[in-house]
Amino acid sequence: MSAAELVPTIGLEVHMHLATRTKMFCACRVAYDERPNSCVCPVCLGMPGVLPVMNARAIELAVRMALALGCTIPDLAKWDRKHYYYPDLPKNYQISEYDQPLGVDGHLDVETPGGVRRIGIIRVHLEEDAGKLMHAEGGGDYSVVDLNRTGTPLLEVVSHPDMHSAEEARAYGETLRQLAVYLGVSGCNMQLGQMRFEPNISLRIGTGPDGEPRYTPIAEIKNLNSFRSVERACAYEIARHRQEYEADPAGYTLERLGKETRGWNDAEERTYLLRSKEEAHDYRYFPEPDLVPLVPDRAWVEGIRAGLPKLPGQFRKEMQEAGLPRKIIDALLQEDQIAKSWEDLVSAIRKQPQAKGWDAKRLTEIAHNWILQDVRRVLNERAIPLTELRNSHYAEEELAKLIVLVETGVINRNTGTEVFSKMIATGKSAAEIVQEGNLAQVADAGAIEALVDQAIANNPKVVQDYRGGKKASLGRLIGETMKASGGKASPQIVREILLRKLGG
Amino acid sequence: MSPTESTARQVRDAIARREASAAEVTEACLAAVDRLDPQVHAFLSVDHAGARRRAAEIDRRLAAGEPAGLLAGLPVAIKDNLCTADGQATTCASRILEGWRAPYNAHVVDRLLAEGAVIVGKTNLDEFAMGSSTENSAYGTTRNPWALDRVPGGSSGGSAAAVAARMVPAALGSDTGGSIRQPAALCGVVGVKPTYGRVSRYGLVAFASSLDQIGPIARTVGDAALLLQAAAGHDARDSTCVSQADQPLPDYLAALEEPVEGLRIGVPRQFFAEGLDPEVEAAVREALAVYERLGAKLTDVDLPHATDYAIATYYIVATSEASSNLARYDGVHYGHRSRDHADMIDMYMRSRAEGFGDEVKRRVMLGTYALSAGYYDAYYKKALQVRRLIRRDFEEAFRKVDCLMGPTSPTPAFRIGERAADPLAMYLSDIYTVSCNLAAIAGLSVPCGFTGAGLPVGLQILTDVFTEDRLLRIARMYEREVDWVSRAPALVAGGGGGAA
Amino acid sequence: MALSREEVLKAGTLSRIRLSEEDVARFASQLSDVLGYVDKLRELDTRGVEPLAHALPIHNVLRPDEPREGLTPEQALAGAPESAGDCFRVPRVIDDGTSA
Repeated sequence: MSAAELVPTIGLEVHMHLATRTKMFCACRVAYDERPNSCVCPVCLGMPGVLPVMNARAIELAVRMALALGCTIPDLAKWDRKHYYYPDLPKNYQISEYDQPLGVDGHLDVETPGGVRRIGIIRVHLEEDAGKLMHAEGGGDYSVVDLNRTGTPLLEVVSHPDMHSAEEARAYGETLRQLAVYLGVSGCNMQLGQMRFEPNISLRIGTGPDGEPRYTPIAEIKNLNSFRSVERACAYEIARHRQEYEADPAGYTLERLGKETRGWNDAEERTYLLRSKEEAHDYRYFPEPDLVPLVPDRAWVEGIRAGLPKLPGQFRKEMQEAGLPRKIIDALLQEDQIAKSWEDLVSAIRKQPQAKGWDAKRLTEIAHNWILQDVRRVLNERAIPLTELRNSHYAEEELAKLIVLVETGVINRNTGTEVFSKMIATGKSAAEIVQEGNLAQVADAGAIEALVDQAIANNPKVVQDYRGGKKASLGRLIGETMKASGGKASPQIVREILLRKLGG
Repeated sequence: MSPTESTARQVRDAIARREASAAEVTEACLAAVDRLDPQVHAFLSVDHAGARRRAAEIDRRLAAGEPAGLLAGLPVAIKDNLCTADGQATTCASRILEGWRAPYNAHVVDRLLAEGAVIVGKTNLDEFAMGSSTENSAYGTTRNPWALDRVPGGSSGGSAAAVAARMVPAALGSDTGGSIRQPAALCGVVGVKPTYGRVSRYGLVAFASSLDQIGPIARTVGDAALLLQAAAGHDARDSTCVSQADQPLPDYLAALEEPVEGLRIGVPRQFFAEGLDPEVEAAVREALAVYERLGAKLTDVDLPHATDYAIATYYIVATSEASSNLARYDGVHYGHRSRDHADMIDMYMRSRAEGFGDEVKRRVMLGTYALSAGYYDAYYKKALQVRRLIRRDFEEAFRKVDCLMGPTSPTPAFRIGERAADPLAMYLSDIYTVSCNLAAIAGLSVPCGFTGAGLPVGLQILTDVFTEDRLLRIARMYEREVDWVSRAPALVAGGGGGAA
Repeated sequence: MALSREEVLKAGTLSRIRLSEEDVARFASQLSDVLGYVDKLRELDTRGVEPLAHALPIHNVLRPDEPREGLTPEQALAGAPESAGDCFRVPRVIDDGTSA
């Protein structure tokens, strides 16, 4: 088979920390960057006599994600123990789901340069994370263990080996991340290690005499924690498989060598062997006797399905059609509530009588401008989700009315920001706040002209700079005029008058 | 009322009526422990100071008219595989947990303390509850108070011996394949294994998670009922514990004296086959005759899978779960760590080799083998299938009868060392008891006589799931007709524990 | 069902229990006896019989996502054979994230 016919075949296993407050099987806080062994209890420490109890919210988030990935939720899911000895795994077994997971047979549509590819998903399941094994500080000849992370709920998504390039693998990872963040299932904060990737890579080397496809050995790369390393590790492996196969086409096959486990050395940008097929773990799976099976109530599952927001894939299409730039789309799709609020705001503005003539593009731009600047700013300041902001009087209808006031020149944009903050704080309408604060913009050209004259008179050097070619000085003069007006002058009119007076 | 001769209920009532103080009752028991335990070795640790403090607190509450609980002032002993955060170690009779102090109480310990019990100490057991004689303890074997050269049974031998020797009126044990019932039979006391899920396992150091249950050991059925009442009930920390809604906790004492009218007793032919000691059989049949005189109807029943197949099933299921539950003892986070080791793996291998006794090692390796790649279907899966057959045997039987009766143990207490060299012979001590755990049903052993040599014999009674109230009533019917409880080991009166 | 020396050693390694030669010999015969006994399950026809893994038909036991105070680092490390600061201390482990 020629080198060109070797088809990279990549599957990705992704682990993500669920956005729960507590661990999977105990009531310890899920916490990051805390004093070692300060978020632990007898259960997650695996002390003698302890027992696990399932976190209801983790189940809910897992089902949410599984449904969004188009998975079937089976009638029964059960827990199993996966045994191996390691100092960061206190019980020396991990509670996971082996043969009856919480979700099966889904897919994820991924945008690639070559078009949209549908990547199949074999299964979605829950398990608990292990702790952290670290080398001693100061290079001592020992290792240390911090068990804070032990027991953190992990959602594992296993794809079919449907990806055929390193770029596709990366795109899949990024799309999966966006979906998880969007749904509030996981924060997927890469710095905190909330998302980890394990690509399985091999090359298809044609078909055998029985008509079945043949492959090079499957290499599983453990514990990658950035998209960059996923892409690079996959690219490296594809090249390495090619080399190995060309050197030994008869021997370098899946039948002969099976599956091997490899690590990625980021500094040297290469993989290295961890375990060959012979050294593969015998995990001795058996059903977890301390936990009872999950029998998801059908009505409850359908309730979660009905409560799923419009998915990012669909939204992205609509936003692209509305002409939104990619960066804006990505920002709006950070969270399902934000995207929905934008959508609702567009409708709300459209309903305003004064907005009758506005074209669609203008509408959508204005809406995302306000959502991503003002609304998001308030959310960040308060560190709350948008659903909670509604308790503080946030409503798209009210914001739409404020927007109309700005767009029709009643108040300027900066004032608009202030008014929005006051609306959230007091619950009053935009019109009331403008009235009470006497915030209406000064649009009287005569009054503004007087202020412009004053600004010119008070800033001779700035005027000189402007006339000397420094265009930016105009902004300074606009600022001075605005200040003198108490922020109420219409900046457009100020600008017009200044330009006229300065002759340029 | 004498704290070392009266029943637990009599002791409890006397304290409640302020006829005796908790302090003096506790003193009496501590004195009995100090006098007798050097010969019996039922206790691994005795908490003199803690017990006195607790007793004083109970007395204070009673004096102030405050509620002091169902067990107010009752001294109890706790098997040392139940976690206690009172400063006493929880060792499971193993070197690997030597000196380990639990930072939390087992649920049942919390329950007993909430009901005013006074914990006197932790009792000896076979290491990690693996055994039928308490000879597998790393801290010396307990002796049967009726004959000090004989075993008390196991694995709850310490608790059974402490009660039989009248050091404490009541104790908690655990039962995975008979570990409460068999020592109760060998020591001439009452031992109850509740339905799986009736009592929370939180804080019971796990041996076989799907089989373990905690239960009371006491001298009378009423005392066992009292302790069960205090310990049982739902606990949110144990997912396998039944909810109050699904199985409300009855009042076990309320109807205890009511006989069961028209009682139908099933007598499994498998429990009277080869290997049963003739004196044990005679005592058990005499007990069955008592039931007949009371109007009960005896029927032969068939439990085709309940003996040999049950032992085989048990020694796959229990060892598989044990190999997993004991994987955590590795010297990393707690427990014994070997001193000289080359690397991480060596540390694991040596720590566990040094910390575990032979029986534990055997069972862990057996379980690991049964679960390992290529053997899972032939052993573990097969065993779970036979487990369902065993369960069906009981379901079938309970359609026709209210309870099943037979001997608890095929023999009376055997000599120390007699079976130690033959693990398989030891395993067969549990031949009548393991099926009950596998089927998750309720069972107890009640004293039904003595052999010619003065060794106790126990009658085992089994009932369907969550019928402990009926089980206790059935046992009480018999107990009312006899008086085995008045007979005490010679040891207690100050005589020797005479070999026979 | 006789266990070979290799199989006993393998069981020991998988169980992380160091076995002396004497242990291997002794356990080989004892374990073989037990395995021989449990082999009698083969006499039973279990085709179509559903394995009984859980004793009771309980499902869906869940707890709310509410945090509770656990142990302090001092308490967590109280029983540790060796510690370094707030961490458990173990022999140096070379490779990352896999077996031991």
